[in-house]
Amino acid sequence: MTTPFTPVVGGSALPSDAPAAATQREVPHRGGPANPSAEALRAKFGGAVLRVDVVWGETTVIVERTRVQEIVRWLHDDASQRYDYLSDLTAVEFRDAEHPIEVVWHLRSIAYRRFLRLKVQLQRGQPYEVPSVWPVFKGADWLERECYDMFGIRFAGHPDLRRILMWEQYKEGFPLRKDFPLRGRFSRAEQLRQALAANPEARYSMEELSIADAFEDLPQEMRNRLRSGEKTGE
Amino acid sequence: MATIKRTVEVELSTTGMDAQGRPVRTPLAVAEDGSTITVAAPPSIEPELEGEHMLINLGPQHPATHGVLRLVLELDGETVVRCIPHIGYLHCGFEKIGEYRQYNQIVPWTDREDYLNSIGNNVSYILGAERLFGIDCTPRATVLRVIAMELSRIASHLVWLGTTCIDIGAFTPFLWAFQERENIYALLERWVGARLTTSATRVGGMAADVPAGWTEQLQTFITLFPKTIDEVERMLTKNGIWVGRTIGLGAMTADEALNYGLSGPMLRASGVAYDVRKDFPYLDYETYDFDVPVGSNGDVYDRYLVRVEELRQSTRILEQALRRLPDGPVNVDDHRVILPPKSKATSEMESMIHHFKQVMEGPRPPIGECYVATESPKGEKGYYMVSDGTAKPVRWRIRPPSYVNLSAIPKMVEGHLLSDVIAINASIDIVMGEIDR
Repeated sequence: MTTPFTPVVGGSALPSDAPAAATQREVPHRGGPANPSAEALRAKFGGAVLRVDVVWGETTVIVERTRVQEIVRWLHDDASQRYDYLSDLTAVEFRDAEHPIEVVWHLRSIAYRRFLRLKVQLQRGQPYEVPSVWPVFKGADWLERECYDMFGIRFAGHPDLRRILMWEQYKEGFPLRKDFPLRGRFSRAEQLRQALAANPEARYSMEELSIADAFEDLPQEMRNRLRSGEKTGE
Repeated sequence: MATIKRTVEVELSTTGMDAQGRPVRTPLAVAEDGSTITVAAPPSIEPELEGEHMLINLGPQHPATHGVLRLVLELDGETVVRCIPHIGYLHCGFEKIGEYRQYNQIVPWTDREDYLNSIGNNVSYILGAERLFGIDCTPRATVLRVIAMELSRIASHLVWLGTTCIDIGAFTPFLWAFQERENIYALLERWVGARLTTSATRVGGMAADVPAGWTEQLQTFITLFPKTIDEVERMLTKNGIWVGRTIGLGAMTADEALNYGLSGPMLRASGVAYDVRKDFPYLDYETYDFDVPVGSNGDVYDRYLVRVEELRQSTRILEQALRRLPDGPVNVDDHRVILPPKSKATSEMESMIHHFKQVMEGPRPPIGECYVATESPKGEKGYYMVSDGTAKPVRWRIRPPSYVNLSAIPKMVEGHLLSDVIAINASIDIVMGEIDR
């Protein structure tokens, strides 16, 4: 059977004599060639670029908290950068309680075959809030929600920042924070009590209940409870 | 909703064999110009008919949601107006648990996230861990890992193919796909002793080398498998029902797909030739001769075509890998990470110390961080690991491709019919274990 496909190799913005991508071997722990975008960022944003590290062959650019969205937008739009793919977005909290929490963006330029890690350090005591990159990358939607859910970091400008993996009424805090014990913050008895007290029938958020007459379809008793201000469960 | 008009040659119903032994096909629907019919996109939302919207809850206990995905759909008649996905029903806190485990102890957790691709996850994870330790694996382990990844890609695509067929209403290819998958699991079972939860890799090598006679069994599989792909393609690719149920559904343009962070077959079906194996190669993938199939319309039909072609290309890679499989050790000769042989550990002082330190304390990477991405069957699977110099990672992050792919589902289903939601959802190839982690 014939195939409708032709072989395609990426990296179309690279000059034709650019070396082919190859498996990295014997990568040095520290140092080595930095991603040229780091220099470009320094030239363009100056003081907003706080530090550039190269660890295990990957370039990390630590930037100022308030200018993340601007920097990401420039990386995305500029013709010499073209970081059009947001690989990942997450946060790291260190065991050292003095170490700031870091929010990490992994960006790829498919056209130039580059990989860049952007970082923001949130000092202890500061509000854990960074600008959302959702206006640039729609794919950041769920990634930012997960980061908020797990670390409690707020993304200013995200259209719908609410919990995603944990349920909306989850009260124990932010699970991936280091002060959150592995077994959960509440005792087993309390966790069980909350699970049993949850109302499994009221499974719709108020936003969903605003759809048409869905609210009217609920049992009378539940409608009364919801009207009296009780929150719905997931 | 974008309407897409395409012409696909459709063949229906086999009446018998011709002189060459090939099946003779009689198209049921014939256009005036010859043997092709035009399949148009389903009609868009009817203009402004009065009527109340309805709320439909799909899942989490629904066979067509491939696990415990829950979609709350607002319907106008049969057309989806709004889709609100709910996930997290399978959340187990893998990333949290990983912070309390040594690097080798995390391997079993990688089995359980994307459980259709468990041995592929083992390899992806261990590539990240080895980068953190500054270790390069041996030539034999490199090729064995390529074989592992491609085998699991085939197995995962076969499950996707079978379940999608069931969702859309075709039962036969499901059986064929699962029969072939069984062969792969037989291979894996002989190699590492487990079918689904393989835990096949260790920092610096593999849990086991392949047993004697294994490569012959793999060769048999490689020889026979393309026939199954042909049969499935003969059954589906030009099948009028299949084409009608898949074409024009959930279409994403190349720019949208990139912006939404789609990866893997989802992205390539939209026309973006991004494959981690080609663009950011690992395990010497640049030295293998294989093509990256790229679609053009980004609909369910193109995703099907891309995945079926990937089955062929993976078989090609397997063939080359098998031919070049070198002799030699599978584990690196580095007793910081690899346990010495038991006989030495009980007879030599130094080996006993290595053994003790590894078992009791665990290997320690230097301070550092890395993000290592591989091409999993679902897309770009990345592991981001941060080490503070102790035996347990500070942060172990999975970049789940189906999580990001699924986040685009409201964009894909809104404006389509309720029954098409099932087809679109199936085409994303989600595994809830990976999404909820």
